[in-house]
Amino acid sequence: MKETLIIAGFGGQGVLSMGKILAYSGVMQDYEVTWMPSYGPEMRGGTANVTVILSDRRISSPIANDYDSAIILNQQSLDKFESKIRPGGILIYDTNGITHAPTRTDIEVWAIDAAAECARTGRAKMFNTMILGGYLKVRPIVDMDNVMTGLKKSLPERAWSLLPQNEEAIRHGGEIIRRVR
Amino acid sequence: MADKEIKLMKGNEVIAHAAVRCGCDGYFGYPITPQSEVMETLMELKPWETTGMVVLQAESELASINMVYGGAATGKRVMTSSSSPGISLMSEGMSYLAACELPCLIVNCQRGGPGLGTIQPSQGDYFQACKGGAHGDFHLIVLAPASVQEMHDFVELGFELAFKYRNPAMILADGAIGQMMEKVVLSPQKPRRTDAEIEAECGPWAACGKGNRRERNICTSLELQSEKMEKINQRLQTKYATIEAAEARWEEIECDDAEYVIVAFGSSARICSATVEAARKQGIKVGLLRPITLYPFPAQAVAALAGRGVKGFLSVELNAGQMVEDVRLAVAGKAPVEHYGRQGGMMFTPDEALEALKEKLLK
Repeated sequence: MKETLIIAGFGGQGVLSMGKILAYSGVMQDYEVTWMPSYGPEMRGGTANVTVILSDRRISSPIANDYDSAIILNQQSLDKFESKIRPGGILIYDTNGITHAPTRTDIEVWAIDAAAECARTGRAKMFNTMILGGYLKVRPIVDMDNVMTGLKKSLPERAWSLLPQNEEAIRHGGEIIRRVR
Repeated sequence: MADKEIKLMKGNEVIAHAAVRCGCDGYFGYPITPQSEVMETLMELKPWETTGMVVLQAESELASINMVYGGAATGKRVMTSSSSPGISLMSEGMSYLAACELPCLIVNCQRGGPGLGTIQPSQGDYFQACKGGAHGDFHLIVLAPASVQEMHDFVELGFELAFKYRNPAMILADGAIGQMMEKVVLSPQKPRRTDAEIEAECGPWAACGKGNRRERNICTSLELQSEKMEKINQRLQTKYATIEAAEARWEEIECDDAEYVIVAFGSSARICSATVEAARKQGIKVGLLRPITLYPFPAQAVAALAGRGVKGFLSVELNAGQMVEDVRLAVAGKAPVEHYGRQGGMMFTPDEALEALKEKLLK
């Protein structure tokens, strides 16, 4: 098993922490993991992205030629990364803020209305875990128990009271993601 | 999972944990991206409450390195960390530390230069780290980690080598290794050395308090009599020759039957290990030689490969071609040696390195 994933969006959307939760989930599942972020000025309002690799073997390069899956949360990131998904790979995008839909026909395309759903329920902070739940529905590469442990280990202790809400968001994300093509 | 000590951490965070756990006495630093997590993590760990380790944010890089200078002169295990422009500010102090033969650990989490440059990863400080980087004939012992685990392991190794040879050691990392998270196994906590242990180990040279046991030790780099200063230089050069003969470290990946060899260190080596996999799938026999010590450079390993008929070498670095000079010296004209690299904070992909290898060596 090897999964090379790019998560890309705006700084503040929880891109890096979503990657960290997944990486920690991978650690819990005894996978090798790398989490390679864009960092610095990109964190402040610009685009942010992180490459997460989970593998049952030693990971050579943390930098990838192309991606098995991409989670895309804004138009700039779609423009930048749609062409870098390998044929047969998976593209997941949040419909909010995407003005030009993906055009590739040689990949699986999934959409999730997580931003809209979070706005409707007033739980904006659950945005990234809801997206993660959608991704894990499409790519169930880690057991849900390990995801929950990974989530707990990724959060500071003061935020542990939010674990049930995040667990619910992960579950709900799996329900609302839908295949576009 | 059984092993509770497996953590997921950034390279920079791991430097801090490793420092505390190997019994470091003091850290003196000044923030700069992309290495600020080193001091941030130390401040969170509050080792002054547990091991007694001092953690101090100095007013500048100049102050940091001179606090290291002072601490090292007393036989303590002291360290600093910075990134490229900050390391330049510290270079005067490094020359003094080397001249006084004082052990310490310096971490450079490189970013793109020259000047203030960028905050993204680079390996543009190879010359600076390995060829002196400040005035006078001196060397740092330079370790190049290629994983978060090696960031951890090289803290203790760096101190070990620094004290073995009474010489500053540097971990030459970069923004990619510093910011990346991977699994890491943390070592058990070791106690800091007691005053008696320091006296026993460093008594012959350190200004650690003599009581009435012995003559005073003086740590100084000043010697106005040229005859004496030359002798000091000769002693240093003898030491460097010993280090070169004994301490070169490297890793070879798929080199046994390789017709072409990539030489790369740190994050470049990680990327190039995937280049080797891709090349092998295409039937091109490529190997990777990864220098772990950059000073001493593992020239003997490169020379051995050249001697047994490797057809070409590609030095892959995140710079305009620095280590390639050491590769050429070691290959000594037996095979073509080319360079491929990106600069200014740009990274390359495994396939881009393979394309470069084909273009420069296979055409």
